[in-house]
Amino acid sequence: MSAATAVTTTKKTSPVSGSPRGPRHSIMSRGAAMLIMGVFTLYFLTPIWWLLVSSSKTGGDITGTAPLWFTADSIPTFFANLGNLFTYSDGVFGRWLLNSALYAGLGALLGTVIAAMCGYALAKYEFRGREAIFNVVLSGVLVPATALALPLFLIFSQVKLTNTLWAVFLPSLVSPFGVYLARIYAAASVPTELLEAARLDGSSEARTFFTVSTRLMAPALVTIFLFQFVAIWNNFFLPLIMLRDQALFPVTLGLYAWNSQISQIPELRVLVIVGALVSILPLIATFLALQRFWSSGLGAGSVK
Amino acid sequence: MRVRYGKATAAFAIVSALSLAGCSSGGSTSASQDTSCKPSSGPVELSFTTWVPGMDKVVDLWNKDHPDIKVKVQTGPNGNSGTYQNFFNQLQAGNAPDLGQIEYDALPNFRVQDGLENIAACEGVAGAKDKFVDWTWGQVTFGEDKAVYAIPQDSGPMAMFYRADLFKEAGIKVPTTWDEYAAAAEQIKARGSYITNFPRSDVNWFAGNVWQAGGQWFSNANDKWEVNLTGKESEKVANYWQKLLEKGQVSTLPSFSDEWNASFNKGQQWTWVSAVWGASTLQSGAPDTAGKWAVAPMPQWEAGGKAAGNWGGSSTAVLKGSKHPYEASKFALWLNTDPEALALANKLGGLYPAAKSAKDLGAFSGGVDYFGGQKIYDVFADASSNVNPNFTWGPTMTKTYTDVSDGFGKATGGSGTLLDALKNGQAKTIEALKSQSIPVKE
Repeated sequence: MSAATAVTTTKKTSPVSGSPRGPRHSIMSRGAAMLIMGVFTLYFLTPIWWLLVSSSKTGGDITGTAPLWFTADSIPTFFANLGNLFTYSDGVFGRWLLNSALYAGLGALLGTVIAAMCGYALAKYEFRGREAIFNVVLSGVLVPATALALPLFLIFSQVKLTNTLWAVFLPSLVSPFGVYLARIYAAASVPTELLEAARLDGSSEARTFFTVSTRLMAPALVTIFLFQFVAIWNNFFLPLIMLRDQALFPVTLGLYAWNSQISQIPELRVLVIVGALVSILPLIATFLALQRFWSSGLGAGSVK
Repeated sequence: MRVRYGKATAAFAIVSALSLAGCSSGGSTSASQDTSCKPSSGPVELSFTTWVPGMDKVVDLWNKDHPDIKVKVQTGPNGNSGTYQNFFNQLQAGNAPDLGQIEYDALPNFRVQDGLENIAACEGVAGAKDKFVDWTWGQVTFGEDKAVYAIPQDSGPMAMFYRADLFKEAGIKVPTTWDEYAAAAEQIKARGSYITNFPRSDVNWFAGNVWQAGGQWFSNANDKWEVNLTGKESEKVANYWQKLLEKGQVSTLPSFSDEWNASFNKGQQWTWVSAVWGASTLQSGAPDTAGKWAVAPMPQWEAGGKAAGNWGGSSTAVLKGSKHPYEASKFALWLNTDPEALALANKLGGLYPAAKSAKDLGAFSGGVDYFGGQKIYDVFADASSNVNPNFTWGPTMTKTYTDVSDGFGKATGGSGTLLDALKNGQAKTIEALKSQSIPVKE
């Protein structure tokens, strides 16, 4: 399939460009849809609600009081818990948060740039083996990251990079799905005529990419960034296998390590709960901030 | 003596398991004997992986006084939650830490996979035998001649936590035998409470009870592992708890869960037969019952007996491939015998030392308010000295635990019995040993 046909097919079927509304829905089916959505919303939000409520309790109150409602002195307890969380073990939790922010923030940023360049090249340049490369990358989507952790550990052991920042950071830069999404989106949103015009005006390929193409691809890039950010933030197995130095832990691994100590050091229970709440806040913030790009990018990616 | 025989053959079987690919070592255990252990020249840096909170602070004490042997602490989740698998990965990759924390029940697995350095020849190691509670030393030597594979760190001697106030109020005698315990269970049930909770997923708790009863899950005979999850002691313990379960006299909440804590906090649980570290579990999980608890020795199978079981505990092992076994074992000995180190490890990490000197430490000599001012650690120190020193763990404990706890879960749900679970665990364990080509007697 050439790039040109990719453009036309995606344009035709793009849901963003005004697909007609379906037939009027009956009240019954609307009601059913609302009910199902309501149930799912409840299903997903209840644990978070529990987390919030439990974060405002002392160790004894977590078990002794109503699980889904606050106690009388919830607010001071919450701040006391928060204080304990950030001071326990010399404030190692703050360090973990920063590590996660570094791995996920920088990793997602660089990962997005790499995926964008790769996908753009695959969409806009014709060269031998292009489809073969694309298919190999695509098959990478199918391999779960967990399955790669142990081989990666053995490889990183060879080059003596285990238990370093790089052991988690480097594998995080790679996103086959990002490449796929970037290619599809570049094919759909960056007109070849525009690139030719840029070439005629004497712009270098790199400059065209960074000044023209990336702007056109922005929604997809945000999507890739969000996907990557969430994936790296939640990545647990790779750090578990790679890291021994708790100063390098991301927040997921740190909380897991604490949680595995609860039967011996019971006061960690409260810290794990408050820590879990704090650790999802950056994800929620990122999502809310980038939400409007997110949906348009998703729509484009789904067409292939 | 049966005991000696068991130990010697255990050693032999382990060695022969190691030399599977080659010929038999001809009945001697010489394979592990002539390890020399010399100090390295120049300053040394050791890595030590442990999951005990606060261990970095304890190591700071060491580093302050030993500029030439610097120890770097690495950490992770507790053993079965990932650190053991990491050790095996690292052993395979050749970058294992010099020292690692390994629980007693996981040591045979590392030994069979040749993951441990024999430090018997290292200065001070062989002579340290008397500094540790007998049974813990048995765990780190596997009864092998001239072999020490780790230094005992902590232990979990078992006793019975009980609600002194409730027993007194109800006029029920605090049980000293398991028969009395069962009788008390009935009376307590009549009052709408439980004598205790049966921990369906803590198979090592159950093993601790079998251990107390004099049972033996693993042993070696004629250079083969023998699996015996269904011996007469195991059967006795299983049938005992089965009866309590069937009469509904024990609850079956998941251990250490919120509801489990709540049950203790609300006074629905009258006793907990548990290890020494259970004291802090209770204090934080059931704060409303402070001052009402007391500790007594484990109920006995025979009146007047003193046997105790053990639940948990770990060692500091020198992992295979360490370039500095001399320095590593020197550190391990210090870590587990130095009074200052032991006190700090207890304060920050809740460890109850395997060293005999534990009872002289300030932390273990006074009364504990939560237990009405009782000097509870005296009870545990007594228990520790009454733990059968000849108890062997198998090389596939994680698998055995999983299989048995699956069966326990079913039994507490009313399908099958605890004994069925053990029978199933027995068969599955033999299968697992075979699949790892570890010789096993059927």
